[in-house]
Amino acid sequence: MIANPTAFLTPESGVIGFTQYAQDGFFDELIGEDGAPRAAARPLVERLERLTYGELLGRQRAAERALLHLGITFQVYSDAQGTEKIFPFDIIPRIIDAAEWRQVEKGLKQRIHALNLFIDDIYHEQRILKEGVIPHELILGAKSFRAACVGLNPPHGIWCHITGTDLVRDRDGTLYVLEDNLRCPSGVSYVIENRRIMKSTFPSLFQNTPIRSVGDYPGRLLDTLLHLAPPGIKNPQAVILTPGMYNSAYFEHSFLAQQMGVELVEGRDLVVFDGHVHMRTTGGFERVDVIYRRVDDDFLDPDVFRPDSMLGVPGLMQVYREGRVALANAPGNGIADDKAVYAYVPDMIRFYLGEDTILPNVPTHLCSREKDLAHVLAHLGEMVVKPVNESGGYGMLVGPAASAAECAAFAEKIKANPRNFIAQPTLGLSRAPVIVEGQLEGRHVDLRPYILYGKDIFVLPGGLTRVALRKGSLVVNSSQGGGSKDTWVLADAPHPGAATVC
Amino acid sequence: MLSRVAESIYWMCRYIERADSVARLINVNLNFILDAPSGQTEQWEPLVNITADDAWFKKKYGRATRHAVTTFLTCDRDYPNSIVSCLRAARENARSVREVISMEMWEFLNRFYLEVNQAVAAGTDELYSSMDFLATMRHYGTLLAGCLDNTMSREEPWYFGRLGQLVERADKTSRSLDVKYFHLLPSVQDVGSTLDENQWAALLRSASSFQMYRQKYGRIAPDKVVEFLLLDRNFPRAILHCITRAEEYLHAISGTPMGSFSNAAEQHIGQLRAELAYAGTTEILRTGLHEYLDQFQTKLNRVGSSIHDVYFALQPTTSR
Repeated sequence: MIANPTAFLTPESGVIGFTQYAQDGFFDELIGEDGAPRAAARPLVERLERLTYGELLGRQRAAERALLHLGITFQVYSDAQGTEKIFPFDIIPRIIDAAEWRQVEKGLKQRIHALNLFIDDIYHEQRILKEGVIPHELILGAKSFRAACVGLNPPHGIWCHITGTDLVRDRDGTLYVLEDNLRCPSGVSYVIENRRIMKSTFPSLFQNTPIRSVGDYPGRLLDTLLHLAPPGIKNPQAVILTPGMYNSAYFEHSFLAQQMGVELVEGRDLVVFDGHVHMRTTGGFERVDVIYRRVDDDFLDPDVFRPDSMLGVPGLMQVYREGRVALANAPGNGIADDKAVYAYVPDMIRFYLGEDTILPNVPTHLCSREKDLAHVLAHLGEMVVKPVNESGGYGMLVGPAASAAECAAFAEKIKANPRNFIAQPTLGLSRAPVIVEGQLEGRHVDLRPYILYGKDIFVLPGGLTRVALRKGSLVVNSSQGGGSKDTWVLADAPHPGAATVC
Repeated sequence: MLSRVAESIYWMCRYIERADSVARLINVNLNFILDAPSGQTEQWEPLVNITADDAWFKKKYGRATRHAVTTFLTCDRDYPNSIVSCLRAARENARSVREVISMEMWEFLNRFYLEVNQAVAAGTDELYSSMDFLATMRHYGTLLAGCLDNTMSREEPWYFGRLGQLVERADKTSRSLDVKYFHLLPSVQDVGSTLDENQWAALLRSASSFQMYRQKYGRIAPDKVVEFLLLDRNFPRAILHCITRAEEYLHAISGTPMGSFSNAAEQHIGQLRAELAYAGTTEILRTGLHEYLDQFQTKLNRVGSSIHDVYFALQPTTSR
């Protein structure tokens, strides 16, 4: 008797298929509601279906090995134990078609334009407050408002040079802006390195799919920085200021410095004298004209901000004020990514640009408003509540996942300081397939595109797709079990077989 | 280039070289023991003497057994000059300058570090006898030296890296020469016995110089070994060779012509090089090799500290 040969197949030799792939009522980035791949994902799905699971896993392992060897890692605890982990990476990309990306790009440009006008207004005339669009106390009482920045004129009036905006998609397919990260957004190095790895993971797909390149980001970033140099300087010198190698984003700081060919400096490398910022070099002191600082406002200059800062440069802000050094991002711009201010971004867009918002906000309740507060307290179990000045997913309440006691305790915290909290309905974040134990399963994702504001506003076609690797989890932060995926933005017309520049 | 970066590259290369020379010492000693007549006690103490950290060792380990010494030198994370600690320090330095060194340099150093850590995690008992481990060390040491030379421009980062490597190498060669010579001294009169020749061969091998020595001198004679390791101009681990190159690179950094000096580092290394260049072996042995090497190390330390003062610890002048 001959047994059915498939009975001998181990999971390793089984082929990849989406027939068993469950969507559980969420929007899936690659597979449509009918179970068939979305048009943009079709070449990828066809390629995957020609692989066995063992082959796919082999490619996944090869990609992880490459990341480990390149040292694209973050520290778990003591380095002495050699315990460094790669930022988990899943080789199945997320794909965005050209038409949708056009909307995203337009929406982001509009938003950054308005946010920049807002910051400039806040530190000058404060028209938006005077005309009653945003309440005074919301701004002037915010932790991120910097009195030291009032009246400052950064070069070309630009305050937010480098932004990473978090987008999420709800069940119905609508993309929302979840957060504006204007201070020191990180992650772009993963976008570039993930892509490099992906080109050796699926080379044939790159040949046959019009995937837009992300490789020119460092060049564009350098242009953005040099655009800010004080006028009349022939060969302006730009540097990146890092808190140092123990910072969790250190890999990125060093990666960007390497890719742009600029010095990566720490606070102790810089000295202010004769009205300029200088760096200590083996050939003596050299003047520095533009600083891409990855150090928070608070630590930038102990003379002006926190006096105990060891990471900053005493006297830096004075040189900046006098226009002899440029800083990106501009100190003080955090006022525009305060989560309570976020709720007013659509109003800002109307106020400054006279336009309707292209990329919508997630509906947001400000607990500082009495009516909102009552609503939030009554519906705590259905909402996500966030403190306005935290990032990284810290200090928040996810109502549907919290116990009654946790909700009650949180309610007290809100009542004690309503200004400090906002609340949003719990979204059903879209999902994308990831490789888990012998099959593909949907996991929730978000998207962080990167925007540069220099001579004009540039949106990198791609971004960091973060994925909550824990089953059912909505939290994508790397500190809480998140990983990443490459994000493919497709160009308009496919040119099969044409050489792609990635 | 940034002073901090120059310093990190300098130390990165010193630590790589240090790990490499420690591995070579253990390897040679293991090989030597396998050749030694049975019944003879294994000599591990000289390896501890070479580190000049005898007191530290005694406090933690007591007697210099094979297990204690190999553990101490390879995988003791508390001891700052063990192979594991050296590689960790090299990598930490590299990590702080990875935008300046070549991608290959970083990648291989990183893999080196990961592999050694893995081997150490696998257990010390496996490790100490493992020729495999030491072969891996040799492989990566060679690879990294090649990376430095083949992937980096002859500009400041490379010069500072080579400086670190050469200063460390001169130091290690002088220490092993000193210690070995001291231990072999009683047998100097006893020329010609098998053990003797094996001992001297082991010393040459620990500087990877056995073959090159043979090509130049043929028979192994103590004074020739000293001459070769101390005063050879062409062998890359010989002290005079290291100092000569280091002097050239210091001048390449500042642009000062050879034969003159523009800072203390150039002055001190110039004096040291001249002393070696015009020294004679017979004279050195007559006045005492140990005293000579002792003075050499003091002078080499002075070179190291003047490099630090001139290039790494720049201070703004008064009015600032």
